[in-house]
Amino acid sequence: MKKKEEETSNRPDNTAFTQQRLPAWQPMLSAGIVIPGFVVIGLAFIGVGVALFVTSQSIQVLERDYTAGDESSDHNCSLCVNEASCLCAVHFTLVQQFEGPVFFYYGLSNYFQNHRKYGVSRDDYQLSGDTSYFTDPQDYCVPYQYDSKNRPIVPCGSVANSIFNDTFKLYQIVGGQRKQVPFDGKGISWWTDYNLKYRNPSLVDGSLAKAFNGTVKPVNWPRAVYELDTSDASNNGFLNQDFLVWMRRAALPDFRKLYRRITEGEYEKGLPVGNYSLEINYNYPVRGFGGRKKVFFSNVTWMGGKNQFLGIAYLVIGSLCIFMSLVMLIVYAKYRFPDEDS
Amino acid sequence: MRARMSHLIPACAGEENWVDSRTVYIGHKEPPPGAEAYIPQRFPDNRIVSSKYTFWNFIPKNLFEQFRRIANFYFLIIFLVQLIIDTPTSPITSGLPLFFVITVTAIKQGYEDWLRHKADNAINQCPVHVIQHGNVVRKQSRKLRVGDIVRVKEDESFPCDLILLSTSRDDGTCFVTTASLDGESSHKTYYAVQDTKAFNTEEAIDTIHATIECEQPQPDLYKFVGRINIYLARDEPVARPLGSENLLLRGATLKNTEYIYAVAIYTGMETKMALNYQSKSQKRSAVEKSMNSYLIVYLCILIGKALINTILKYVWQANPNRDEPWYNQRTESERQRHILIRAFTDFLAFMVLFNYIIPVSMYVTVEMQKFLGSYFITWDDDMFDEELDTGALVNTSDLNEELGQVEYVFTDKTGTLTENNMEFIECCVDGHVYVPHAICNGQVMAAAAGIDMIDSSPDAESREHEELFFRAVCLCHTVQVKEEETVDGIKRGIHQGKATSFYISSSPDEVALVEGMKRLGFTYLRLKDSHMEILNREDEIERFELLEVLNFDSVRRRMSVIVRSNTGEYYLFCKGADSAIFPRIVSGKVDQVRARVEHNAVEGLRTLCVAYKKLSHIEYEEVCHLLNSAKLALQDRDKKLSEAYDTIERDFILLGATAVEDRLQDKAADTIESLHKAGMKVWVLTGDKMETATATCYASKLFRRSTQILELTTKRTEEQSLHDVLHDLSHTVLHHHGSMIRDTFSGLSNEFQDYGLIIDGATLSAVLKPAPEGGGGASGGNYKEIFLEICRNCSAVLCCRMAPLQKAQIVKLIKASKEHPITLAVGDGANDVSMILEAHVGIGIMGKEGRQAARNSDYAIPKFKHLKKMLLVHGHYYYIRIAELVQYFFYKNVCFIFPQFLYQFFCGFSQQPLYDTAYLTLYNISFTSLPILLYSLIEQHINMDILKKDPSLYRDIAKNSLLRWPIFIYWTFLGVFDAVVFFFGAFFLFDNTTFTSNGQLMTTNTQMMFGNWTFGTLVFTVLVFTVTLKLALDTHYWTWINHFVIWGSLLFYVIFSLLWGGIIWPFLNYQRMYYVFMQMLSSGPAWLSIILLIMVSLLPDVVKKVLCRALWPTTTERIQVSAAGSTLHSPQGPYRGKRIICFCFFSQPVLLSKTEKRANRAFSPDSFSVQNREKGK
Repeated sequence: MKKKEEETSNRPDNTAFTQQRLPAWQPMLSAGIVIPGFVVIGLAFIGVGVALFVTSQSIQVLERDYTAGDESSDHNCSLCVNEASCLCAVHFTLVQQFEGPVFFYYGLSNYFQNHRKYGVSRDDYQLSGDTSYFTDPQDYCVPYQYDSKNRPIVPCGSVANSIFNDTFKLYQIVGGQRKQVPFDGKGISWWTDYNLKYRNPSLVDGSLAKAFNGTVKPVNWPRAVYELDTSDASNNGFLNQDFLVWMRRAALPDFRKLYRRITEGEYEKGLPVGNYSLEINYNYPVRGFGGRKKVFFSNVTWMGGKNQFLGIAYLVIGSLCIFMSLVMLIVYAKYRFPDEDS
Repeated sequence: MRARMSHLIPACAGEENWVDSRTVYIGHKEPPPGAEAYIPQRFPDNRIVSSKYTFWNFIPKNLFEQFRRIANFYFLIIFLVQLIIDTPTSPITSGLPLFFVITVTAIKQGYEDWLRHKADNAINQCPVHVIQHGNVVRKQSRKLRVGDIVRVKEDESFPCDLILLSTSRDDGTCFVTTASLDGESSHKTYYAVQDTKAFNTEEAIDTIHATIECEQPQPDLYKFVGRINIYLARDEPVARPLGSENLLLRGATLKNTEYIYAVAIYTGMETKMALNYQSKSQKRSAVEKSMNSYLIVYLCILIGKALINTILKYVWQANPNRDEPWYNQRTESERQRHILIRAFTDFLAFMVLFNYIIPVSMYVTVEMQKFLGSYFITWDDDMFDEELDTGALVNTSDLNEELGQVEYVFTDKTGTLTENNMEFIECCVDGHVYVPHAICNGQVMAAAAGIDMIDSSPDAESREHEELFFRAVCLCHTVQVKEEETVDGIKRGIHQGKATSFYISSSPDEVALVEGMKRLGFTYLRLKDSHMEILNREDEIERFELLEVLNFDSVRRRMSVIVRSNTGEYYLFCKGADSAIFPRIVSGKVDQVRARVEHNAVEGLRTLCVAYKKLSHIEYEEVCHLLNSAKLALQDRDKKLSEAYDTIERDFILLGATAVEDRLQDKAADTIESLHKAGMKVWVLTGDKMETATATCYASKLFRRSTQILELTTKRTEEQSLHDVLHDLSHTVLHHHGSMIRDTFSGLSNEFQDYGLIIDGATLSAVLKPAPEGGGGASGGNYKEIFLEICRNCSAVLCCRMAPLQKAQIVKLIKASKEHPITLAVGDGANDVSMILEAHVGIGIMGKEGRQAARNSDYAIPKFKHLKKMLLVHGHYYYIRIAELVQYFFYKNVCFIFPQFLYQFFCGFSQQPLYDTAYLTLYNISFTSLPILLYSLIEQHINMDILKKDPSLYRDIAKNSLLRWPIFIYWTFLGVFDAVVFFFGAFFLFDNTTFTSNGQLMTTNTQMMFGNWTFGTLVFTVLVFTVTLKLALDTHYWTWINHFVIWGSLLFYVIFSLLWGGIIWPFLNYQRMYYVFMQMLSSGPAWLSIILLIMVSLLPDVVKKVLCRALWPTTTERIQVSAAGSTLHSPQGPYRGKRIICFCFFSQPVLLSKTEKRANRAFSPDSFSVQNREKGK
């Protein structure tokens, strides 16, 4: 036997890592941690749930369906049976102050804004003001890429084409007199959409309309995009708030979109008790696909709009945690491991 | 190896084993006219190509290879479908991961191939010396051609397969070491043909005129047949046989010989070494098989989902207003498309949408896990052997987890259980026993003083026998002497017992015998000029001419030499196993010797019998004739040789027997005991005789004193018919088995009888023989079944007298039995190769008998004792890790894809993806890939010392228990549940409520609406967190790496999302994710719902774990609890903090001393027995 003094070259490194002996924390999902953990979580959840529930309860919501074709004492929109442009009104009475700020929404149901073909039918380059896409919209926009005379549509695509075009005016009936409640349409879309993502094309000769030369308006639109709000240049073109709100596709077939806020004048604190009339310029057809149209008034809290679900879910899960911890406790007390008795 | 074995079986030899032959013209010289037609043949040049690819074909060939894998092909198809049809997701989502996987693999393979190219070039360009027209010419190795005469100098290796023509030594021999081929470092002697050995100068060799006929190349290293025709003058050519002793293999190295001349016969890729490059058969692990069946289930789920959605889509669209509402009209071309085409396109689109359910990255991760994980085996310091200076070797990493699934262990005895370090113990001549004194510091005893005659009764005859016996043992072997330069040197060296020269042989028994003889006064000096020289007791050199060697083989189990003494007498000495010798004895004191042999065998010694016969000159001529005609045969040479041997080796006179001890390996008994406790059945398969093997088995605790031994041996079957014996045994076993079940209830199961079976090779072949035709079918054919039934109830089985092929047969038999158990074979020698290849896992011991076993094995370990850690620790860990890996991968993809499926019900079955493209693409390759990979590399659910101490833990994972269908279904349901929670959680938040952000971050008091991408992002965020935290809950071993990777990948997700949504990416033609993630985070309810949903998804799994742990704990969980939770019930222990006991034996021993004590107590023998009893049910 030779002496083994020289370092053996083949010997692997004897480090904690190679020997799989790294120091480690070895937690265990044993009843001892889990049961108290569940209790703590359960209590916390119940606490949050109560807070959410109470907050949610304090939110007032007023909802009216105004779909044409239904007979209703609330509204006379049954007039607009053929869903062509027509005027109707929804009447309602507030018996209690509607705390402000009040948000006004329109809602559509059975409307598949999340349909894939529908959703991709848009051209984000156009909407970011890239005029090279004005003459040549992307193919995604079919079937609203070019009109029948092969002129490019701006904004192209199904999404833009189908913009919601009912308009609303709210009046408070004070002593038989109609008094218009001012709507605030500013800042109802995402700040980033308005300020960064969507851009109007640069003005040509100081005119927005000229920038759209050679293009046509979407098929269903009564006006071109540069005529959406001629009174306010910052709300015109692609930056029109209603347009922006519409372009953000809803996740589910029943959805609401913000229309206006009531934040001004004497209604800043909310809608006072009284009778109201909501005048609707009924343009948008929904009966063809079995859809419904609704309007909502709601106020918000720190947790957003009315959302019973979250509070209830927290309460249920919280109680379930407590319940499970009890079950586990019983099971554990009864069937603890024999070798732990000592 | 297997090819070689098959030649040992007679009857299979066909008429024409040697159809194809080649003729080699030495020095490219035509044979003299008239001898035979000169047909120049074309052979490949000597270029070695181990590389797979060339620069040009790398890309197409590599791609082809990669897409032959089913998973890659599947993703390619998905990718192509995405390119062709209008699909919901961009082709990038599947193209990028596929590209990633393919590229990584291609780079790896390309790099490996580049290394091979480099190595090839180095080999192909190294110079060789070729004789042309009497001059030595330097050539590049690759330019060497068949027929070239090559000169090789000492310590050079052979450039191709060569036939030795002549050497610098007068006797035409040369020494070669084949260490690089089979690992045997001993020097082997090769011989030049007698008629050419004189041509040993450059000029002379050029004049040689001969042709060689030989078989076409075949991969068996040890088999070669050929014939050389030498044209001398104008006479008839002289034909000489060529065998493997003339063939110098490429890769071997010339030693102790100044130079040789040889002719190239096989070149380049036709050399035997190159033919042996061919990869071994692929073994697949049980885990991989379950993985594939899961994959099929998921494929069915995928197709099912796509079908359901397609059908529902068309049902739903039956209403034309839904089909095409005014706001979402189709193009004209779409309208005109046939409905079937539309439906089919939709089906494909759904397939594409859901294709992520089959995880593309799983194969990559599994492969990485196996490859990287196997390093822990090679790195393991506990499996490092100082003496051999090597640790464990991993030849294939595909089977890591199979090490945790072993049910049957088949082990070789010699060299595996035992040291294979032979020591001569005694010899017995005619019943007189001779025991050499222990060697005192290597000093040689004075001649006769070294012998203790136990009962000495020297009369003339026994005196003569004694002398003959010693000479026989000295002569009948193939031992070489590692030479010194001068005769004096050898003489002095051996004489003085110094390490200046020593014996080398491929068989350690022979070395032990020759050394034993040295101690008894007869020293074998060397083989010189065909003469063996012996230094006898009187310090005289006796010379015997070595005429023939009838080599040892494992079928005959004996070897013989024929020598001529100085006095001109011919002797045939034979030594071999007692069973091989006794039937061939005609006289001698058989009974005394047999008694001694049996006595020694019971002691566990290896015995050999020695016999001789004298030959007359005429008899010798006959023998020569017989051998030569057999050797010259080109067809069935092996068969003819063994027939010749059989004729020659008979009518012996018995001389005596030898006994050699082979010590048990270190901790062999402990290892076997652990394997038993781990629920493995250990079988010892040995070629040794029954008594020796039984003794070893008792020593190694394979059989305990309490074990009832069942014998199924020739001895018994001679008395009774095999049929009766089998039925008897099965009755005993089964009857008892029945009563044992009863005992379990009465609580006496501790004392149940365990059985050990001993079977020998002959009986085994009788059992395995197919039923004789018409012989009452039922009785004959069922032997195998009955035998298996008996084996199943025996904890240990010893198979002795096994031929190598029988070992493989046994393994195969068990493998194919109805439970399909996982088998492991461990052995060290060439005779174990067949069973190593046959078993699910083959383990080679790097032993003394060369490295063949280690080379052919899946894993090689230095010592048998390392098997314990290999199986109980590494195998266990790898199994746990990979099982979690597989289940988790499927789980996380169900979680991932099922919400998309649900979403289809709410988006008009329009294949709208729920998640953004980036999320779809990166989910599997970056957000959730690293934590599971790391988990599967370093998870340790139990400390490794506990695993080693408590082998019964191994039973917890037996039978692929973590990948059974119920568990798979549990995981899948958990995935579905989580997916439902994610989706409907988000759904109820969005639906019918004004779920909005209050936008405090952006402007004051805005209520901004959330769109579909926010919805998807919310689901995805919950998904990524849940899936990662689920893994965190399953992790029992949190090193800093785990912390880093788990929290790191969550952080990465958040950072990525912020970045992805924070910039208007110019290369995207949509900006749908712009600020979505930030807007979501600015909403209070989003935070609350993310927390809620994560909790809800994780709760059931936690509850299930805790309840199962309390109600039906596995042994593993008990140990975990007793190890970690020992302070759980201490009355004053407050909850929080201290509950989580960080116990780690190695890093913080001081901190944990209290825990440790508790843990140790849990492992006291008492608690073991309790556990075992309960497991016994």
